[in-house]
Amino acid sequence: MSKINTDTNEESTMLEIDNLHVSADDTGILRGIDLDVDGGELHAIMGPNGSGKSTLAKALAGHEAYEIDEGDVTYKGKDLLELEADDRAHEGVFLAFQYPVEIPGVTQMTFLRTALNSIREANGKDPMSAGEFLELAREKLDELDLPEDMLKRSLNEGFSGGEKKRNEIFQMAVLQPELCLLDETDSGLDIDALQIVADGINRMREDEDRSMVLITHYERILEYVEPDHVHVMLGGQIAKSGGPELAEKLEEKGYDWIEEETGIQRSPQQAEGALTS
Amino acid sequence: MTPPESKTIEEIADEDYEHGWSMDIPATEAPKGLNEEIVEYISEENDEPEWLKEWRLKAYNHWTEMEEPDWPNVEYPPIDFQDMKYYSAPEAGEEEDAPESLDEVDDEILEMYERLGIPLGEQKRLQGVAVDAVVDSVSVATTFKEELEDMGVIFCPISEAVQDYPDIVKKHLGSVVPITDNFYATLNSAVFSDGSFCYVPEGVECPLELSTYFRMNAEGTGQFERTLIVAEPDSYVSYLEGCTAPARRDHQLHAAVVELIAKDNAEIKYSTVQNWYPGDEEGEGGVYNFVTKRGKAAGRNSKISWAQVETGSAITWKYPSCILAGDGSVGEFYSVAITSRHQQADTGTKMIHLGDDTSSTIISKSISADQGQNTYRGQVKINEGAENARNRSECDSMLIGDECGAHTFPYIDVENPTAQMEHEATTTKIGEDQMFYLEQRGLDEEDAVRMIVNGFAEEVLDELPMEFAVEARNLLGIKLEGSVG
Repeated sequence: MSKINTDTNEESTMLEIDNLHVSADDTGILRGIDLDVDGGELHAIMGPNGSGKSTLAKALAGHEAYEIDEGDVTYKGKDLLELEADDRAHEGVFLAFQYPVEIPGVTQMTFLRTALNSIREANGKDPMSAGEFLELAREKLDELDLPEDMLKRSLNEGFSGGEKKRNEIFQMAVLQPELCLLDETDSGLDIDALQIVADGINRMREDEDRSMVLITHYERILEYVEPDHVHVMLGGQIAKSGGPELAEKLEEKGYDWIEEETGIQRSPQQAEGALTS
Repeated sequence: MTPPESKTIEEIADEDYEHGWSMDIPATEAPKGLNEEIVEYISEENDEPEWLKEWRLKAYNHWTEMEEPDWPNVEYPPIDFQDMKYYSAPEAGEEEDAPESLDEVDDEILEMYERLGIPLGEQKRLQGVAVDAVVDSVSVATTFKEELEDMGVIFCPISEAVQDYPDIVKKHLGSVVPITDNFYATLNSAVFSDGSFCYVPEGVECPLELSTYFRMNAEGTGQFERTLIVAEPDSYVSYLEGCTAPARRDHQLHAAVVELIAKDNAEIKYSTVQNWYPGDEEGEGGVYNFVTKRGKAAGRNSKISWAQVETGSAITWKYPSCILAGDGSVGEFYSVAITSRHQQADTGTKMIHLGDDTSSTIISKSISADQGQNTYRGQVKINEGAENARNRSECDSMLIGDECGAHTFPYIDVENPTAQMEHEATTTKIGEDQMFYLEQRGLDEEDAVRMIVNGFAEEVLDELPMEFAVEARNLLGIKLEGSVG
């Protein structure tokens, strides 16, 4: 609760988003996002469905379907928007997907080792042998209470919703990224799984340079993972920022009071989305 | 402000057929055109016995009465059969006898195979794989010959087998694919020039993979090879074939016939990695691959297993089939077919169940990209007298992009009520989301496509011998570079 004010020390800024406008299928979704994330910080982004939270995550990760109309994103001093998705991953950007895709016939072992070694190669490190990789993977699986046969199974195929979400955290633990974008990783988890996922996130936070942007609908996960900052997105903008107490207030009062206070409206489509959330 | 564009399909298409070069090797060739004289010429060049010459002429005369089939789901302009050459022998391989040892093989031929990644020289040859190298119409080299002879396994060019083992050849040639079988098989019977012959005696499990590497080199020449494999009771053999051709503006015809015969408890595993020149990005040039492959599981509990990775050719038309005659015999067909650019494939299998307790498995994976058209055509026939026959068929299609097509034509004909049949078919698309997921984890576009496609084809690639599986995996990735994203 002590770090409500944004640290203005330039050197520790990991991610700087300036007036970001993004559209998909020629429809504007993000309308001027400003956000600074310093090294070691965890920012929670909340908001009703359709407010642009997932779009922000995918645009930052480099999904080609999202067109950058305006604005800049600086990551570790580099122009992030100039980089392809895989190059962003090599630079340490990781997106835990809201809906992890299934890739039949590709074992998680093959996939994750290839991914890890691509990142290592891009950073001038030797590839990890199968043996070393297995040792690392076993340790991380154990921490997330996942069975070892997870490595032999086809990527996300036949995984339950909860397994898919835990698997994203497992991949994050193996790849050890610097900027973690977590897109509704808590949705659809029962209380035990939520605890496991939260523990996984907290272990990653022990590295004090690592930053996280956690997108969520629910205040619930913030009881386990304490944010430094909480932002509310409405209509493709950050309508309000604050500390953890903001999340509590949302839980209590919903989003309407922010609309009234800031004059930022949900579009009809977004309001409709909110009903189903 | 959007991320930089990746390479266009056109940019990559120009560079992706790495075997498109040709070499200027002096050759003895037949003049263009086809008539009885040409058939006799081929027979005489091979110094064949009278019965084989008669056999060829009978096929030729039957062929002149036949019509080119028009039922395959492929389109191409009419082929002028008088405007191509039916025989071309590199001079190095056209001596009185085939080379006795590799020392006698021409340096240019060795260099050609070296460039193809198939070293034939004593020092460098592939471990555990005996290779018969065929350029255009003739076999130019065979490795590991003595080692095989010690076990009683005969592996040699079919032209040589006609001289040295005439009884075995005469007994089996045309016994599975009769000379009247179909337009292209009949053409092949008339003009086939060389190919591989393999005979595995009773009780021998051949420890080496036997392999033929086919290379088209000469321009304007059709390739008509003939392969015959006979496995005597209680024997086993695994055979591989690989194919490449230079990039030519004209289409080249490849009309091969493969016959397999497995006797009691014998097993033949036949694997193909086909990478003939597919034509350029406009659909100019490329090989017409019109092939008849059939195996007869003649004996009790015998087994014929086909595994094919079809990545090349402008048009592919082939249905490696099994006639399950012996009681308890087993037929398998595992196939991955890729069509990209303007490639067309109409491929599948026939499983003909004649014996009791016969079983067959069909796993077909087709991948279409760019303007590629991919058709699976498969027949499963359970004869009236075949008790307790079983078949499982799985046909999966993957589409990459919006301009390609996948088609499935299963024909199922069951005349015995005790049969058990299973058929499954799926169609999937490589999604933007799958690509993004892999790229977000650090894989570049090529690795991501390779991974998705290899995953899709895994069940089939698993069936290939190790040496080929690695090559096939790489090939699948290379063929689809630039088709996604």
